[in-house]
Amino acid sequence: MIGGLTTLLLCQLGGEVIARALHLPVPGPVLGMVLLFAGLLLRDRLRDDGAEPEAPGLPGLGQTADTLLRHLGLLFVPAGVGVVVYLPQMARDWAPLSLAVLAGTLAGIAFTGRLAEWLMRRHGR
Amino acid sequence: MIDLQEIWVYLARDPLAALTATLLAWMAGLRLAALCRWHPAANPVLFAVALLAGALLLSGVEYRGYFQGAQFVHFLLGPATVALAVPLYRQWQHVRSSALAALVATIAGGGVAAAVGVGIGLLLHAAPEVTASLAPRSVTTPVAMGIAAQIGGLPGLTAALVLASGVTGATLGPTILNWARVKDWRARGLAMGTAAHGLGTARAISVNATAGAFSGLAMGLNALATALLLPLLWQIFMR
Repeated sequence: MIGGLTTLLLCQLGGEVIARALHLPVPGPVLGMVLLFAGLLLRDRLRDDGAEPEAPGLPGLGQTADTLLRHLGLLFVPAGVGVVVYLPQMARDWAPLSLAVLAGTLAGIAFTGRLAEWLMRRHGR
Repeated sequence: MIDLQEIWVYLARDPLAALTATLLAWMAGLRLAALCRWHPAANPVLFAVALLAGALLLSGVEYRGYFQGAQFVHFLLGPATVALAVPLYRQWQHVRSSALAALVATIAGGGVAAAVGVGIGLLLHAAPEVTASLAPRSVTTPVAMGIAAQIGGLPGLTAALVLASGVTGATLGPTILNWARVKDWRARGLAMGTAAHGLGTARAISVNATAGAFSGLAMGLNALATALLLPLLWQIFMR
């Protein structure tokens, strides 16, 4: 558990340092996610002896990640409560906000679904 | 005699009360969602946020004061974002054969979801910072908030919009996909994960395992692509 958390924090720290050092307009945790994903794939390649890959990463990483992601909803709550600060903006712009959320989300779903189906039919499998 | 005033001052200042209230609200939210039989529109995050927001407004405690305590929970969003690499890695073996199609569809679909939202914001003359908050609302909250901060949006508002988009997609997504006559489970999963992040993925998992895997993949890919591309595109087109 602690080993897994340390891995996650190390990747996040690495991501933050890279984002700042290279002035990348990308949130540090996202770069951390890329680092971890690349690290896991690299690890498999290095020890590619045909064996089925074990649980990802250091002992406990999979478990820690599952625990965090299972309660991902809780982690959104403090930021979500921030709506109390933005009630004036939301009252002023309620029409564009609700329309944008509804139309943008549904258009995104329909478009992605159609495009993905078309691409997968063309490229077989 | 008990000095209520003094106790109140302590509770309003110390992180302990805010932290406890956050966890209590979350547990109440879970309980309420369970009472609604986990209907996708009955979202525990929505319940918890409504409870806490109502409590803040009634008690007159400032959000800033509440966040002093709740930031310990908020901090974990960073490691949780990094942790998204783990399910992506696990699904990689299953999805790599259609990875290119998934990548193209996710990036294009994420672009459409963002562009339609921003377009409506511009057309209806929403305030600039409100329009900027709309742009990253399809991706998972921690990433969306980071992007919103970078392009001049309001991270707190974005968090609320992300939540609303997730609930919208999880609730109405399958109906829309039926209308669009998308039958391939892989495509349906990709669509849900691209436009409705974790909430869409949760819905997809409950319907079909293949759709769930592709939805998780799309959620990770879109988070990555949006974080990489949106700030650049914003700099080019919106400045």
